[in-house]
Amino acid sequence: MDFSIASILLLDGITNGAVYALLGLATVLVFSVTRVIFIPQGEFVAYGALTLAIFQTGKVPGTVWLLLIMALLAAVMDVRLSWQHSHDGRRALKAGLTTLAAPLMVSILSIWAAPHQLPLLVQALLTVAIVTAFGPLVYRLAYQSLADASSLVLLIVSVGVHFAMTGLGLLFFGAEGFRNPSFWDERLSLGPLAISGQAVIIMLTSLALIVLLWQFFSRTLYGKALQATAVNRLGARLMGISTHGAGQATFAMAALIGALSGLLIGPTTTVFYDSGFLIGLKGFVAAVMGGLHSYPLAALGALFVGLVESFGSFWASAFKEVIVFTLVLPILLWRSVAGGNEEEH
Amino acid sequence: MSFTTQLQHWAHKTNIQRVVVVACMLLYAVSPVPEFWITQLNYIALYSLVILGLVLLTGIGGLTSFGQAAFVGIGAYTSAYLTVNMGWSPWLTVFAGLFITGISALVVGWITLRMSGHYLPLATIAWGLSLYYLMGNLDALGKYDGILGVPALTLFGWDISQGRSFFVLAWGMVLFAAFALLNLMDSRTGRAIKAMRSSGLMAEAMGVDTLRHKVGIFLIAALFASISGWLFAHFQRTVNPSPFGLKMGIEYLFMAVLGGAGFVWGAISGAVMTKLLEDELQVLLPKLLGTSGSYEVIVFGVVLVLVLKYLPDGLWSLVGRFLPKPNRAEDWQTAAALPERAKPALGETVLEVKAIRKQFGGLTAVNDIGFSIQAGQIVGLIGPNGAGKSTTFNLITGVLGLSSGEVKFRGQTISGLPSREIARRGMSRTFQHVKMIPELTVLENVALGAQLRGSKGALSSMLRLDRAEEQSLLREAARQLERIGMGHAMHELAGNLAMGPQRLLEIARALCSDPALLLLDEPAAGLRHKEKQALAGVLRQLRSEGMSILLVEHDMDLVMDVTDHIVVMEFGTLLMQGTPEQVQQSPKVRAAYLGVEH
Repeated sequence: MDFSIASILLLDGITNGAVYALLGLATVLVFSVTRVIFIPQGEFVAYGALTLAIFQTGKVPGTVWLLLIMALLAAVMDVRLSWQHSHDGRRALKAGLTTLAAPLMVSILSIWAAPHQLPLLVQALLTVAIVTAFGPLVYRLAYQSLADASSLVLLIVSVGVHFAMTGLGLLFFGAEGFRNPSFWDERLSLGPLAISGQAVIIMLTSLALIVLLWQFFSRTLYGKALQATAVNRLGARLMGISTHGAGQATFAMAALIGALSGLLIGPTTTVFYDSGFLIGLKGFVAAVMGGLHSYPLAALGALFVGLVESFGSFWASAFKEVIVFTLVLPILLWRSVAGGNEEEH
Repeated sequence: MSFTTQLQHWAHKTNIQRVVVVACMLLYAVSPVPEFWITQLNYIALYSLVILGLVLLTGIGGLTSFGQAAFVGIGAYTSAYLTVNMGWSPWLTVFAGLFITGISALVVGWITLRMSGHYLPLATIAWGLSLYYLMGNLDALGKYDGILGVPALTLFGWDISQGRSFFVLAWGMVLFAAFALLNLMDSRTGRAIKAMRSSGLMAEAMGVDTLRHKVGIFLIAALFASISGWLFAHFQRTVNPSPFGLKMGIEYLFMAVLGGAGFVWGAISGAVMTKLLEDELQVLLPKLLGTSGSYEVIVFGVVLVLVLKYLPDGLWSLVGRFLPKPNRAEDWQTAAALPERAKPALGETVLEVKAIRKQFGGLTAVNDIGFSIQAGQIVGLIGPNGAGKSTTFNLITGVLGLSSGEVKFRGQTISGLPSREIARRGMSRTFQHVKMIPELTVLENVALGAQLRGSKGALSSMLRLDRAEEQSLLREAARQLERIGMGHAMHELAGNLAMGPQRLLEIARALCSDPALLLLDEPAAGLRHKEKQALAGVLRQLRSEGMSILLVEHDMDLVMDVTDHIVVMEFGTLLMQGTPEQVQQSPKVRAAYLGVEH
């Protein structure tokens, strides 16, 4: 291996690592607020990339219909819940409409916009809106009523959600894969190195999001409220923080991060309905490095995973995935030796 | 005895039930059912073996793995490779498969199980994926095409790899595994696993090495999966990576959760339902949706969430509640008594606490506390809330490590030992918040206390070679229950007891370990007046029998009533110690509890 190959691999690793970092952060975020180990994080990535791809063909993406169905289900559940609590018809109706409002608006906008072949950036914005709207609905439908269950039960629920979301992805996008157009076709040369514009976008977006998340949790009141929910659910509730609201907000953020990651990787690789899972899990390996609670360690872990992957694929391309996922064992060994016994409560 | 009652009596006998189940299985094999249903049930048998492992791991042990399919794969590939390329006999390769599976499970388990419970399932996801890609990319294993032409299983030249003979082989193994598992659940090791699930702290205090048991059940589950893989390879006569991927690993868990991961028969019925459902859906859904694809995963995903939400114990819990639950037969009267340890002579120093200190960061929770307990003494440890009593208790029992100081028990230094080692030396404790296994009977909960007085492990339990010892343990449990006046309640479910009897259960459980020193952590908390009087009676009786007791308690009437010596703590330091009268008259103690007049 000479310097130029090494630098190409290095760049490749960092670019992929930046996406894994985003997904790893989302995993840490969801786990620390809701105790949910969110296996389907990667599904949002595939949904994001494929929704944009379908917009590109001028059709209405299937995710819009799925969004409407899920929003309706969630609205019915909210009406029922509210009716059981208050027996107040207007209040119940209002609860349902609140749930329905955002997904409905996004869907109508998308259905109107799809055939107009709007600029790529507008379509990308719509895609982000659609996929982000999935977040709270997934929490509402699958997790909310089980929010106090053990983290083991929540993990099994996650696996169920992963199954359902993958199958629905196949149903609404089909088995065909898509590759999105690049947001920036420029190729920059840095001495002997050539960086694609897309790689620059990926790295900058990741960096910006990481800084944004960090600022959000350390500077804003709502960020601190979310952290309080993570530390003590009951205590947070007594302080007037809605834990359901916190859960839905967290899932919205996770979905947003997933959608953005999908847009970022869409132009670099062909995405299929089930591609998200492996990508998400690599973010996950990174999150495990941070013990599922440290953002900086998860980000560092993601870079490490990206580098191992790119160098691994150079030396033993067939065993790329084997190397990345086997990495979890030494990481866990290191954590158990370094971190001592993390006894469950 | 009339004929019908005789019949009922028989029907309750475990051995006869099992003979009937095996007979039904054999009858099915020779009955003229279509070949299709034999084949279906052959697949279900292969699934069931894997899921029985998950029953032990998830339903009983409270751990989960998504990687069982990978262990099936190891069993299948090992046998396929060795029979096809090396010409080994399948009857040998099964052990090679078990060996490789066992090593892998030990490595994965040993690394992940010392951390919180969710790291095992996470590790098994990664492990399942990497193994899948490994199988699919290794030239030696035929890459994604796999290994073809795996030889049939033969017994004396007779092909038993297909149809009805395979049915008998596979279901014979499933039933053997199921019975072994049922035996294990009703044994010393089974109680230890259940205790570990309900509270690791309590299990360790009863002398259970929880890490070893966690790794152990993970290992057993993996070995079951490996045997399923071996059968699979020789039934299919070919192996390729796809049935051993993560999707299948998740489906195994789905089957267990659907049927009821806590029940052996529930898990098997989960396999039956899943197989039938999957076959229907694979035909129905593509027709309904107009395109082909494995859409059944949508239904599986949704059903999994719904089951966890509305029927967390699975479908079998609907059936199980109608099955009769006869009381355990009291057949231990003739069992051998357990050997007892040599007790300290009256007046000998049992416990010596020397200047122990515990610091949490900058906070000194326990500051150079020292006292001692003589044999046959009841010593009270009292103090206002936050005085450091519980921390002192945890330091003595080995739950927390000392910052400095020393604890000597019967002349030997015990500070620094884990709590199960301290329990082994004859110190037994109860818990401030009662910790027991609610779904077991009072007798079984108390027998848990005698954990360290038995030695039979998982294998002997599964093969029922532990019965003599088991009867001795139960005899001891019954004896201790009689001793504290709870003999009448031994067949009750522990979860149904009121607070008073629950506290007594904990004392009986502690006594079951044949202790030289009993540590009681607020045994009167939450008790009514009558129950407190009964408790005081029990404590006095124990002292008259020569027992030494350390009592942490808030109830002053009880403490003054039963103790010989009292240690008073305040803000982590020793305020004073002396007889109950001296403590009652001390102005310092009054000031600590009631404050001082200014």
